[in-house]
Amino acid sequence: MAHSGPMTDWRKAKLPVFAFLAPATIIYTLFMIYPLIDSIRLSFYSTPSGGEMAFVGFDNYRTILGDPDWSATFWNSFWNNMKFFAVHMLVQNPIGIALAGILSLPQLRFRNTYRTMMIMPTMLSVVLVGFIWQLILSPVWGVGVDILDIFGLKSLFGPWLGKEGSALITLSFISVWQWVGIPLMLIYAALLAIPDDLVDAAIVDGATHFEVFLHIKLPLVLPTIAMVSILTFVGNFNAFDLIYAVKGALAGPNFSTDIMGTLFYRTFFGYQLQLGDPSLGATVASLMFLIILAGVLFYLFAVQRRLARYQL
Amino acid sequence: MMMNKNIRREDMSRAVIVHAILLTYTLVALYPIFLVIINAFKSRKGIFKDPMGLPNAETFSLDGFTKVLAKSNFELFFFNSFTVTVVTIVIVLLLASMAAWALSEYKFPGNTWLALYLAVGIMVPIRLGSVSILNLIVELGLINTLTALVLVYVAQGLPLAIFILTEFMHQIPKDLKEAARCDGVGEFKIFFAVILPLIRPAVATVAVFTMIPIWNDLWFPLILAPGDGKQTITLGIQQFIGQYVTDWNAVLASLSLAIIPILFLYLIFSRQLIRGLTSGAVK
Repeated sequence: MAHSGPMTDWRKAKLPVFAFLAPATIIYTLFMIYPLIDSIRLSFYSTPSGGEMAFVGFDNYRTILGDPDWSATFWNSFWNNMKFFAVHMLVQNPIGIALAGILSLPQLRFRNTYRTMMIMPTMLSVVLVGFIWQLILSPVWGVGVDILDIFGLKSLFGPWLGKEGSALITLSFISVWQWVGIPLMLIYAALLAIPDDLVDAAIVDGATHFEVFLHIKLPLVLPTIAMVSILTFVGNFNAFDLIYAVKGALAGPNFSTDIMGTLFYRTFFGYQLQLGDPSLGATVASLMFLIILAGVLFYLFAVQRRLARYQL
Repeated sequence: MMMNKNIRREDMSRAVIVHAILLTYTLVALYPIFLVIINAFKSRKGIFKDPMGLPNAETFSLDGFTKVLAKSNFELFFFNSFTVTVVTIVIVLLLASMAAWALSEYKFPGNTWLALYLAVGIMVPIRLGSVSILNLIVELGLINTLTALVLVYVAQGLPLAIFILTEFMHQIPKDLKEAARCDGVGEFKIFFAVILPLIRPAVATVAVFTMIPIWNDLWFPLILAPGDGKQTITLGIQQFIGQYVTDWNAVLASLSLAIIPILFLYLIFSRQLIRGLTSGAVK
């Protein structure tokens, strides 16, 4: 963050400064920071039906991580979430980087049109995207088969969303299709910020555009790629809408698409098989918070710091 | 300068490859959306007989749309989403630009810490506080109201808005404010009369960034305002489609009704969004 010049001394304008800051700080604290902290507090309490709320220490955590039924569900959703994240890292981000690289080629015509079109799915609600793909992949409609048929791959088609083995991967790819726009935009912006003379010099020296991208541009946008990765991590471990829209709260078939977000919803609100429990819900949310925090801290201290040093 | 013929031909073939890749991906990105929209304008028979063809005289039908509009409260869902989004954006923009101005302009103890505190929300999803948010909204007697959604979305939108606007405020030339101060203009008036008009381009960018996640959110409408008459468009569509899964006309039409407005808005604002990103507002 570059700060321009010395700032005005606040003592000349105490009241205005306070008035400028208070409304935003109060709403933010009341509806964001307080609930986050209070949720962690609630995870140490239990509300037996009809009874008073009682402090139970780490009991809820012991239930979720220790009770055989709960821990199996928890780890299942955790590993599913890791797979969901892995697909985004291995497919979404490389595609986003490659497209951003191509779009930033000098003298490319129609670049704005391409970019606008490619980012379009990112603007849609996850719920709509889920339904769109559910229709396309539906064996009843047959349009998915027809599309594969164009490429002679008709035999590959199957009820991907309905099978335990393929449902999660299929949903991950649907999510990738939607969110490619984020790495695309952020990395494209970073690529544009690279000074032209750096690239021109290499081109004059006989480097191809691909070499320039690989050896000059890519290392320079590594910090942005790291940021995209952590955004992907936070977004993925907070995901819910897509699975809920396509598979419902039970994340079928047989919980094969259950991720942290759907587990949180079921624990909090309950579903056909079980009543909701706010304390256990808060516990799941706190565990999600710890996972996301671990990712963010890893990014801040390990990745970002190393990258900063590398750049100097 | 003389151009070697071979180099020129190489350039040409390279351009063809580049455009082939870009076109292919554009097709991958748009075709599913296109497919849903064209089929919404077909009869049931047309949807199944020729799913990939454009609607023609034989298959064209508005059945789906008439059904959706008759069976669901589509206009109401749309109006709810619109109200929540617009009110939230106005509040976020006003409060965030005030805070950003104070953070970037005045030196006071704890300035950096407050900026950091307000930025925490960029990385931590507000959804994780849902259990407590629900308690809070129940206590305030706001359950099943659009106000509940606005309050939560304002809290969710503020961190990124403040962050982007603070960066932008730093670029405002010092002379402008000093000139105003020398003329004896008050701090509030400087903000509202001089600063606010200046940051208009950044405000548009922030508005788009704030709008999209709110318009598309399913989680908070589902837990805070799921009741009849208060559903947002995302929740309303989710419930509607859940009920009419097998009515393909209605499903496709309701999807189109939800997609088309946001695509339209995006086409209007996409330049603003990209400019915000590429001008270095987000680093």
